[in-house]
Amino acid sequence: MLIKLTGGKVYDPINGVDGEIRDIFIKDGRIVTPDPSDKVGQEYPLHGRVVMAGGIDPHSHIGGGKVTIARMLMPEDHMGHEVARTDLTRAGCGHAIPSTLTAGYRYAEMGYTAAFEPAMLPANARQAHMELADTPLIDKGAFVMLGSDDFFLRQLTGKQDFSAIKDYIAWTMHAAQAIAVKVVNPGGISAFKFNQRALDLDEKHVFYGVTPRDIILNLARGLKELGVTHPLHIHGCNLGVPGGVETTLATIRGSENLPIHLTHIQFHSYDTEGDMKFSSGAARVADLVNKHKNVSIDVGQVMFGQTCTASGDSMRQFVNTRSADPKKWVVMDIECDAGCGVVPFKYRDKSFVNALQWAIGLELFLLVDDPWRIFLTTDHPNGGPFYWYPHMIRLLMDKSFRKDMMQKINQDALKYSSLPSLEREYTMYEVAIMTRAGPARSLGLKDRGHLGAGACADITVYDDNPNYEAMFEKPELVFKNGELIVKNGKIVKVVNGATHVARPTYDPAIEKQLRSYFEDFHTMRMENFRLSDDEIVNGGRGSIIVQPTGARTA
Amino acid sequence: MGAQGPGARDSDGNGAGNTYENVTCPFCGILCDDLEISSSRSGLKVKKNGCGKAIAGFERDVSGAKPQIGGKDVSLAEAVTAAAGLLGKARLPILGGLGTDVDGMRAVMALAEKSGAVIDHALSDAQYRNFRVLQSGGWVMTTLTEARNRADLFIIIGTDVHKMHPHFFKRVVNVETSMFWDNPPKRTVVFLGEGLDTSGVTGSRIGEVISLPAKNERLGEIVTAMRAMSKGVAITGDTIGGLPRAAIEDLVERCKKATYGVMVWAPPALSFPNADLTIQAVSEYVKEINLHARFAGLALGGNEGAVSTAAVAAWQSGFPLRVSFASGKPDYDIERYSMLRMIAAKESDLLVWIASFTPDLAPPDTDIPMVVLGTPGLRLASKPEVFIPIGTPGADHAGIMVRVDNVVSLPLQNLGRSSLPGLGSVLAQIESAL
Repeated sequence: MLIKLTGGKVYDPINGVDGEIRDIFIKDGRIVTPDPSDKVGQEYPLHGRVVMAGGIDPHSHIGGGKVTIARMLMPEDHMGHEVARTDLTRAGCGHAIPSTLTAGYRYAEMGYTAAFEPAMLPANARQAHMELADTPLIDKGAFVMLGSDDFFLRQLTGKQDFSAIKDYIAWTMHAAQAIAVKVVNPGGISAFKFNQRALDLDEKHVFYGVTPRDIILNLARGLKELGVTHPLHIHGCNLGVPGGVETTLATIRGSENLPIHLTHIQFHSYDTEGDMKFSSGAARVADLVNKHKNVSIDVGQVMFGQTCTASGDSMRQFVNTRSADPKKWVVMDIECDAGCGVVPFKYRDKSFVNALQWAIGLELFLLVDDPWRIFLTTDHPNGGPFYWYPHMIRLLMDKSFRKDMMQKINQDALKYSSLPSLEREYTMYEVAIMTRAGPARSLGLKDRGHLGAGACADITVYDDNPNYEAMFEKPELVFKNGELIVKNGKIVKVVNGATHVARPTYDPAIEKQLRSYFEDFHTMRMENFRLSDDEIVNGGRGSIIVQPTGARTA
Repeated sequence: MGAQGPGARDSDGNGAGNTYENVTCPFCGILCDDLEISSSRSGLKVKKNGCGKAIAGFERDVSGAKPQIGGKDVSLAEAVTAAAGLLGKARLPILGGLGTDVDGMRAVMALAEKSGAVIDHALSDAQYRNFRVLQSGGWVMTTLTEARNRADLFIIIGTDVHKMHPHFFKRVVNVETSMFWDNPPKRTVVFLGEGLDTSGVTGSRIGEVISLPAKNERLGEIVTAMRAMSKGVAITGDTIGGLPRAAIEDLVERCKKATYGVMVWAPPALSFPNADLTIQAVSEYVKEINLHARFAGLALGGNEGAVSTAAVAAWQSGFPLRVSFASGKPDYDIERYSMLRMIAAKESDLLVWIASFTPDLAPPDTDIPMVVLGTPGLRLASKPEVFIPIGTPGADHAGIMVRVDNVVSLPLQNLGRSSLPGLGSVLAQIESAL
């Protein structure tokens, strides 16, 4: 059946469409240029409405062991936010760390049709995918963590042939069913297990003798030569450290023009000026990001209220436990592979530090000039839950609203940030880039994030409301694969999204080495470490979309 | 999951003489995945790397069991209809026992929501000794491979690990290889507790084995004294918790000197009032050591699918078991929705008991009407209203379980032991008949 969306104001940056009135046609789940002989079976008049592709969150901790540890740790966070079963939807809960089902519903109700779990430990990949399988309506995918795992660090130490390193990266992406690779506190999670408490960019890991810089460059180059679209996703050294901005700047300068993505960069943009030895380094970071076209970022905006941080960065999270609120937390060393730290936080608008974190995030949004290289995130749930996105969009699009909000926070914090002087307002087109077109292009989702013929019909329709928060919070219509799933912000149909993966090539001979490595050292066989396609498809509950990779060089 | 896992090797092509490699054993929380098992017309045979629990679990005869209503054989469809009828009439049913895997628990969650039931696992009393600590203070934990390669000191707290997990020492402690040393340093293993079997700790990797026989009820006192001593507090008295003070001082010194120490306990073994406070003391001690050195906890137990069911309950509802769906919303109360308490107080009018692994996971002796979905041979004190035999994940059908360290999950192969249905498919039928 041909579906026609008539007369909406369309923002489709991948195809250069900036607020033009256009009709969109859907057939068999895809956007099409209709054949003149096709009859329209259903029409949605969208005059005065804004039409975009479904939102895509490129960095949201919604599935995997540390998220479920956070759920178990914080029952008080769920209480009062329980959600009842309906004939259509399952029960759950949701505030800072929603249940899997509720997370899927809330994303869809907010007009998002895809979200990516950015920190899947190889050892925990199976559980991450099981949780994502229980996250309905949206497409999903996961970035596999490398860089503190013994096998890779040993490859670097042993100066192994670079093609073997690439084989291992590619093999791990296959085995863990990943679309991208993330490095978290490069080498630092491992170093913490050897009782190192900090590891700066050029500091040597006490056991392996390699530096975070070595790790970043090897992984970034490896991914580039493997043809993986999404650049190395970097959670840098020194998260949350005043003065950490220097490391961030050095990381960008040292990137040797390789594509890199610096994630939740807000947490890595702290300078040391002023009485509190804590100030914004956002302007310096933004200036360098603007100059280095090989760099993309997401912000990790802090929003005020209770949340629970969940990170692979056990080294830094152990330090952050001093600020745990409430006073309980989990830090784990995991399988000579990775780690995690789960620490509840309450960001307060009257706190100097928290208010400045908020301001730094907004500064970064407003000072980075290319919206194709900056994505809207709270690093859910670390800066705050993802339900804040509509509010954040209003902060960026509406200068007077932003100034009103600035009145409410600790005023001293504003003295150490350039935020009060920034007058920029994001356009609707820029918002469409930052929340769907940009993430789709960066992740290599070929048929997502746009509205051209052939695209998957993941479409969101908003009321054209000058209150942008109200507009983005409750879309009028959301289509997933051409099916109407949300009407006036409420779910009307439940479907299951797909899992996106990327599969660069590797020499299968590496499995011989890995098989004996697993048998010698691990408590799991290599054959059981690998996730099969069948596990994700699981009798039709899920599906896999293999996104293209470029040709492998060498 | 595929009909057969990655290790299936069909030797005669007719399905009756297969050898399966890299088999995961679901019969304790450690989930060893290095077993080799052959199947023939007479059943399964564990060929390699099986412990007593594995042999008993896999090689058990499960043939011939039929669904029953009131003790009389019926068809599966009749049993499903009867079970749905009872569930539909019940005012506050309990879906309990919950000896199952991830997919089974997913079906439990869906059915609990639809029928307004309470969910709780048979071993929750034990598991909640840990959850109470997690939810009030948290901890620093490690996992099996991390401990295996890194630890130089293991302190076993009041737990007869060898009996509960017969291959733990072999796979994690006695191991002669390590990622980090060609000739790994020797390990010290301390058994803190009474009547603990030390015989599993053997081999060239093991240095000292120290037994400190304290009563479990006094472990909290001992660990609290260790915390105080390590902060420089002078403790007088010749004995602490029934042990010589010098022995405790020595243990504190060993903790201080360890490169990577691991405190090991299994909550089912710490079965005395307020044992969670002992676990809390251990966890706080580990946190304090970590201010300067590295140390971690490693909680064991988690048999009968307890870890998997708590994980699925947590990711789907937000809460690790002890949830009531009576109002439609998940209502969490770790006291009120304790299954055993509710049964004793007769607050429920139907117990749906689920036990798919061992015949030992018997339901409590109660006159509350019961629907049992169990492995054939499950020990039952009385005839339930409805009995439906179900398969064991990892023997009769495929599945996935979460390991005791809450990080690794493992695929369970279909070894073709029987054609018994999986819990998930039976519950789905009951749900659609509701």
